[in-house]
Amino acid sequence: MEVKQIKELITGEVHTCADRMDIVIKSACGADLMSDVMAFSKENAMLLTGLVNPQVIRTAEMMDIQVVVFVRGKKPTAEMCELAEEKGIVLLSTELTMFTACGILYKAGIAGKGSGCE
Amino acid sequence: MSSIIKKEYDIPANDFSLAGEASSNVRKLLTQLGVYPTVIKRTSIAMYEAELNVVIHGNGGKARVEIFEDKIEILVYDEGPGIEDIELAMKEGYSTAPDFIREMGFGAGMGLSNIKKNSDRFVLESEPNKGTRVYITIYLY
Ligand SMILES: Nc1ncnc2c1ncn2[C@@H]1O[C@H](COP(=O)(O)OP(=O)(O)O)[C@@H](O)[C@H]1O
Ligand SMILES: [Mg+2]
Repeated sequence: MEVKQIKELITGEVHTCADRMDIVIKSACGADLMSDVMAFSKENAMLLTGLVNPQVIRTAEMMDIQVVVFVRGKKPTAEMCELAEEKGIVLLSTELTMFTACGILYKAGIAGKGSGCE
Repeated sequence: MSSIIKKEYDIPANDFSLAGEASSNVRKLLTQLGVYPTVIKRTSIAMYEAELNVVIHGNGGKARVEIFEDKIEILVYDEGPGIEDIELAMKEGYSTAPDFIREMGFGAGMGLSNIKKNSDRFVLESEPNKGTRVYITIYLY
């Protein structure tokens, strides 16, 4: 599914890389714990999170995550947007809660890859 | 065999928002060299976790990176407080990270085991009050 469809589904706001709305996302991960993202989310190109700090962007970069969605109405800071823009990472935000945002996207066909017990 | 590229990075202690700069640089280097994406990801994960540890636990330090024809060798080291019980520190879930680090999404105690998982060779040396050295080797092919 293209990011622009994802944006529509969660009525998201685009904060960076508006020219990359055609990235195709197949699977995602929802987490507030970056340690978990580092350990259990090797295959996902999208992250949904309620955490807002620059290390979210750095973690995304290391994990080849191309799209980050901030849930519960949280917005990335100017510093984070600058970092994400430089690294080509799309930042979105939505008013929806983590559960609802994930539910909508899962129902629309986005999978969740990776396991908690390798 | 001599290395193709040799780099050294400072890992500053006091700025958590900069943690990952060294790893990000190495990532770019490996991408330019056309290294396999899976190898780049394993290297990124291992080095970023080691870098975070130096910032969070080690009072800052350095990283030395050497890229050979067939492998990448990374040494991340600090002269911080060191680790008393290495076996315990390696256990998944063990962490002495302070609360503010947890609030930033880190400190789940999975870093060292994650470094080991993503490396082909992993050596952790540490001595209380002297510092910590993490050696990571990852084969390119
Ligand atoms: N460079 C270091 N200097 C001192 N202690 C360290 C260092 N790296 C790791 N440790 C110790 O080992 C523990 C486990 O590390 P790790 O598995 O990366 O988990 P976390 O960083 O989430 O605490 C840390 O909580 C800390 O007590
Ligand atoms: Mg750690």
